[in-house]
Amino acid sequence: IVSTFNNYNDLYPDWTQTEVSTGTSIMAVEFEGGVVIGADSRTTTGAYIANRVTDKLTPIHERIFCCRSGSAADTQAIADAVTYQLGFHSIELDEAPLVQTAASLFRDMCYRYREELMAGIIVAGWDPRRGGQVYTVPVGGMMTRQPVSVGGSGSSYIYGYVDSNYRAGMSKEECLKFTAEALTLAMERDGSSGGVVRLAVISEQGVERQVILGNQLPKFSTV
Amino acid sequence: MSEELFPEPEWLSEEVKTGTTIIAVTFDGGVVLGSDSRVSAGESVVNRVMNKLSPLHDKIYCALSGSAADAQTIAEMVNYQLDVHSIEVEADPLVCSAATLVKNISYKYKEELSAHLIVAGWDKKKGGQVYATLSGLLTRQPFAIGGSGSFYINGFVDAEFRKNMTKRECQEFVVNALTLAMGRDGSSGGVAYVVTIDKDGAEEKCILGNELPKFFDE
Repeated sequence: IVSTFNNYNDLYPDWTQTEVSTGTSIMAVEFEGGVVIGADSRTTTGAYIANRVTDKLTPIHERIFCCRSGSAADTQAIADAVTYQLGFHSIELDEAPLVQTAASLFRDMCYRYREELMAGIIVAGWDPRRGGQVYTVPVGGMMTRQPVSVGGSGSSYIYGYVDSNYRAGMSKEECLKFTAEALTLAMERDGSSGGVVRLAVISEQGVERQVILGNQLPKFSTV
Repeated sequence: MSEELFPEPEWLSEEVKTGTTIIAVTFDGGVVLGSDSRVSAGESVVNRVMNKLSPLHDKIYCALSGSAADAQTIAEMVNYQLDVHSIEVEADPLVCSAATLVKNISYKYKEELSAHLIVAGWDKKKGGQVYATLSGLLTRQPFAIGGSGSFYINGFVDAEFRKNMTKRECQEFVVNALTLAMGRDGSSGGVAYVVTIDKDGAEEKCILGNELPKFFDE
């Protein structure tokens, strides 16, 4: 997103006048036993890359993460608020919270403050009741569960790829490869996405994180 | 008073656009062009069976996107200019010539026009070629995509395109790409038109909605 409040034109560099945005590519896939989530690592202020190694995969609870896209400030603030609410709820219940609960908390906040916020969030995790789940809460504040979800500015470019390559019942390794390839394609085409690919697998065993550096990304023939 | 009770439908005043998906791909021995068939004026679909693959010559076609009027006019003008040119040189025109004629119009009137044409065909000199002429540039590419629906298939074509496909594989690739784009872009839809051009000529085909391939969410 670009917003120029004080338009000094050429007096000051563009990045001093533009809001910080996670113009992004994020993705989450359900598999038997858990979820795989992934994101790029670029945060931009206008044309300047403010952070090229951002971590957009934010823990909300032990086995619940969210992938953030949109305004960096808005999504961080929402994630902090939901982390607090969910932690409190989990202590009251004396058991692990449901992924759906986390997604509902995100949805409540994103819908109530929809005019003020610019946030597209994918909530993903594992709970004992329903296993691996992915819920998407796009701009506007709706919430829906999907087996695979993409988000952020780079996601437009990979809808075709995801629609054609996703199959139900993929294994954990297949999901990791699918996510890494899709995000690489998005990062190649979207100027606001780039850097490294951060991946995480959430399952009953816990959370495994990995990073794929630029030179290790999958290569495609025309890219 | 009557305007409030019966507001004028917006499609009377909205510009007619071919919010579109178009694609052209080279294979070993020719090219395959593909397009959807939807023409929209605002929220209305004013033509659901429009063929956006327009012949410029026997073995040279162009794919239209953007403003329907602008694109059709450019195609007709270049069709005429190519006819004259091919009579003068007493030979079939080169694809490069057709693309250059399109580029000249697109560039000269770039402020007034909003159309993007992809020119593709076969000639004796260089075989199958695809040229993109967006905003008046001219570039030869192994394949090209255009229109509003093309954004959604960038990842797909980057991943799946291979050089020297067979004619059959190329046609499948084009149909798959169009189907995926029509599935995600509200301004693309209807049927898929596919034109295959090689040394023997141009073959036009229309693939109806229920014959299109299905992907996981259907």
